Amino acid sequence: MTGNKSAGMAAMLAAVLVCGAADGSWLKHVPEADRKCVNPLAGQADAIAGGARIFDDHCAKCHGDNALGRGKRPSLRSERVQQAKDGEIFWLLKNGNLGKGMPTWAALPEPMRWQVIAYVKSLGPSSPGEASRSSDAAKP
Amino acid sequence: MELCGFLLQICCNKYFSLFLFLLLFGAAARGQEPPYFVTYSDALEEPGNLEIAYKGINASPKNSNTFNSGTLELEYGVNGWWTTEVYLNGQITQNDSTVFTGFRWENRFRPLLRHHFINPVLYAEFENINGADRSFLEVVNHDSISDVRATNADGRADKKREMELKLILSSNTRGWNISENFISEKKLNQSGPWEFGYALGVSRPLTLSAGRNACLFCRENFVAGLELYGGLRTTDSFGLSGTSHYLGPNILFNFPKGPSIGFEPSFGENANSGGVLWRFKVSYEIEQIFSRFRGNSH
Repeated sequence: MTGNKSAGMAAMLAAVLVCGAADGSWLKHVPEADRKCVNPLAGQADAIAGGARIFDDHCAKCHGDNALGRGKRPSLRSERVQQAKDGEIFWLLKNGNLGKGMPTWAALPEPMRWQVIAYVKSLGPSSPGEASRSSDAAKP
Repeated sequence: MELCGFLLQICCNKYFSLFLFLLLFGAAARGQEPPYFVTYSDALEEPGNLEIAYKGINASPKNSNTFNSGTLELEYGVNGWWTTEVYLNGQITQNDSTVFTGFRWENRFRPLLRHHFINPVLYAEFENINGADRSFLEVVNHDSISDVRATNADGRADKKREMELKLILSSNTRGWNISENFISEKKLNQSGPWEFGYALGVSRPLTLSAGRNACLFCRENFVAGLELYGGLRTTDSFGLSGTSHYLGPNILFNFPKGPSIGFEPSFGENANSGGVLWRFKVSYEIEQIFSRFRGNSH
């Protein structure tokens, strides 16, 4: 009985931690200098196409093929992510959010990280129809 | 036992291993690991992913029989700061026998949750192996190529239970990865001092951005590097005297959405080292392994 209780509490804690990844709390940790960084590849068609391939390789496994989220992993087409500054997202890719399940992508060369950001931003916010199709995605 | 030996013989065959990996898994993700064979970087397994890897060595040391060593690795990303891994080791020595040489269980922890110019990772491993082990996953103390002259029967009689601790320091800047490992090892079932070793690596992808179109042999699918590793003796007599050292250029090729294949000739740098250790690896990452069982991977 005690074992069941402990297991239940551990599962609850894990769920809280994973869901916490989507709460956007990381945004307030971004230093001002990083926030101001501008994506040198923003809007460039080649960069977006390359970014799509990197996204497919590295990001889609957690965030879904259409970036709408998967399981408890958050959608990258939420208003918050789409409205976040490029520098803020770049900071998140470099540092990750290790306590909440997002790995660091610092080993990915900087231009590739900017390409991913260009691609994610090119997707735009999800429409209500798309969001409901990804019914099991975490709320952003 | 004969069946085990036969299976091990098959598994130690590099072509069979490559075929098996390509056959078993149809789609995969690739990690962001550098091409090193001995040196660790700060890259941990992505949370929820399982990497299955096979590392092999072929060597024909002077005055010794040719051997093929095989190591099967199962690496799982528990969370963003903790990766755990199990190794199963075996080897085949020409004119001798095929033997299972033991297992290792390692854990890597990232103590700092933010990215820094130098990122530390703490590594702790328990080894239950025997003296016939030829995996060369690390070199410590005065490990020497002459150790492989012992027969497999003699080697197997030498049981080793060891604890290995590493301090991994790693930097990623302008596409380059620079990693330094300080290795310490202690026998748990025998008395003796702490034994030390080191590994240093530097690597870079052949290009820093992804091209517009998908292609198999794009430069972005290759990472090239160089590593240097060797022994540093013990707490009683720290230094380089009587130790062995290897220098190896390496390359890793990532199949798009598929396995990775790596290759490294490790060149012995002094008389205590083997001439060349021909290293190769095949690794495959299964994304979100437990989600697959729960049936919500899509």
